[in-house]
Amino acid sequence: MTPPEGAGAAGPPGPEGSVPAAAPAPEGTAPAAAPAPPGAAGPATPAPQGAARAVGPEPEDAARGAPPLLEVTGLAVRFGPVRAVDGVSLRLAVGPFGLGLVGESGSGKSTIGRAVVRLVAAAGGQIRFEGKDVAALRGPALKRYRRAAQIVFQDPDNSLDPRMRIGASISEPLIAHRIVARRLAALRARELLAEVGLDPEFAGRYPHQLSGGQRQRVAIARALSVQPRLLVLDEPTSAIDVKAQARILALIGHLRAARNLAYLLITHNLGIVSELCEQTAVLYLGRVVESGPTSELLSRPAHPYTQALRSAVPEIDMAARRARLVLPGEPPDAASPPPGCVFHPRCPLATDRCATEVPALREVGTGRQVACHRAEEVLAGVRTGARPASG
Amino acid sequence: MRLAITDLEVSFGERRVVNLAELAVGEAEIVGLAGDSGSGKSMTTLAVLGLAHTVGARVSGSIRLDGTELTGLSQREMREVRGRRIAAIFQSPALAFSPVFRVGTIVHRALRLHGMTGAEAAGAAERAMRQVLLPPGLLDRYPSQLSGGQLQRVAIALALALRAEVLLADEPTSALDVTVQAEVLELLRALRDRERMSVLFISHDLAVVAELCDRIAIMQHGSVVEQGPTSQVITAPASAYTADLLASVPRLATGAGR
Repeated sequence: MTPPEGAGAAGPPGPEGSVPAAAPAPEGTAPAAAPAPPGAAGPATPAPQGAARAVGPEPEDAARGAPPLLEVTGLAVRFGPVRAVDGVSLRLAVGPFGLGLVGESGSGKSTIGRAVVRLVAAAGGQIRFEGKDVAALRGPALKRYRRAAQIVFQDPDNSLDPRMRIGASISEPLIAHRIVARRLAALRARELLAEVGLDPEFAGRYPHQLSGGQRQRVAIARALSVQPRLLVLDEPTSAIDVKAQARILALIGHLRAARNLAYLLITHNLGIVSELCEQTAVLYLGRVVESGPTSELLSRPAHPYTQALRSAVPEIDMAARRARLVLPGEPPDAASPPPGCVFHPRCPLATDRCATEVPALREVGTGRQVACHRAEEVLAGVRTGARPASG
Repeated sequence: MRLAITDLEVSFGERRVVNLAELAVGEAEIVGLAGDSGSGKSMTTLAVLGLAHTVGARVSGSIRLDGTELTGLSQREMREVRGRRIAAIFQSPALAFSPVFRVGTIVHRALRLHGMTGAEAAGAAERAMRQVLLPPGLLDRYPSQLSGGQLQRVAIALALALRAEVLLADEPTSALDVTVQAEVLELLRALRDRERMSVLFISHDLAVVAELCDRIAIMQHGSVVEQGPTSQVITAPASAYTADLLASVPRLATGAGR
């Protein structure tokens, strides 16, 4: 598998009718606007120094002058009165690199993923891909971006056309983006099926003839077909059973190395990020409440919400069971967030200060940030108000 | 035993999809039935509910509820049992509630159908809502105005209000966030302890089953390949299939990156 090079925008297949059958244009055809590889002369606009406040790889990355693959700064997305995403900053290194976005329903994690691939518009902030403002992309540059940044959704049933054979579904973006000649697309589709661990003969089948896990592999193959450098994986395993989930996670682990992929892995389950993401950002009501290296965040959460999320993951090892922190209630309405810390109504550690003063996202240790007035106590292991599970 | 299943067979024509020698749920006990998609878990649920014929399946063997044999009952008799004595909750609570009625209307109607007067139904619904830690005011809302976790708890409240002897829970938390799942699991444990509820909990997720259940039965290709107390099945699985399922569960302990 050739590592993804230069060029590209991917995504929803473009205007296929207008694509001439000729011009099989694999890599290298990208005009000068092609993203510069890290280390090469950077793009015109250098990444802003939001590094200190953004989740991302080690600061020395920035020090070396290599822009991150993706830099999100102060992103805001609104749906009417609802602030779905409210000032989120994230950084993704060039692959292989995984950033986990973790939170409950309504935390804004999927909206961030969609904003990154420009499926929803940002109301504020910036998304830079290799230094370039994604919102400003037009025409061919946008098409290249759509190719470079792909998204895989939770439910493969909704992302595959039930009346299209698997092979045709995978070939479609190949043809639309003129990655291979039309006559070679079918062959390429079979290679992609093999790459995601499926029998190439599946090319002749329809989606309903495959299991949920197999369909999700097809969706991944389709996303990979255009050689993206960034994948947004939106709950890729939530709709399938545990064994198929384990195989999909293993596939992602394999692909990240084989294809130098960088990805945003969106999930409500902290157990899933632990093996696939170097960095994790925990979201609550559209805001990052904690971020940092996944292993540290899991072993020593600094935010009570991270503690609760971690504690909610069902675990099989009897030894690993502990008193469970159960969060009372549900996340508040994002249209009218509570004053002070948005988490305070459910927080076991909340004080008067938390009800009035918004905690800033601040550094606690190398590469770790947290938005909690009482982070130091949480780090020290305080679990006030924890109520042990009854069983 | 509240619920005792013996020699249960469910077939579609020549194809036998469930062949269950023995599975029982005692009073105040939560028994887990775990296995992959297609292992026959949900067909077992349908058979116990007397609904297998609706998907064209044939059922033989014995299903006893507090000693009453259910397999020979007429559809009318079974309707008395279903909902009233055996309650069920499913993966998608949103599909269990008609979107055009208020939640309370649906709950009242179900309670009255099973013999309560209007006043009794109103009182029972409110009490049950409190038992599942929901404000009774939610009964005035429409299903779309409740979260998935809240709706699932309303479904459990309905089972409580009817004083169901057995609750069949078929993947009841698979569509929920982990935090909400943790709440529902805690609620089921509390109901087992306080109300002495009996639960058959069906899930593909062995981690959830291991956390919640007193005993576990592992199902593969329609048969139970292993069953026993949770700690025994989890720490010393007797079948390779169980070991495989165990290995599939993501572990938090592992460090990040590679």
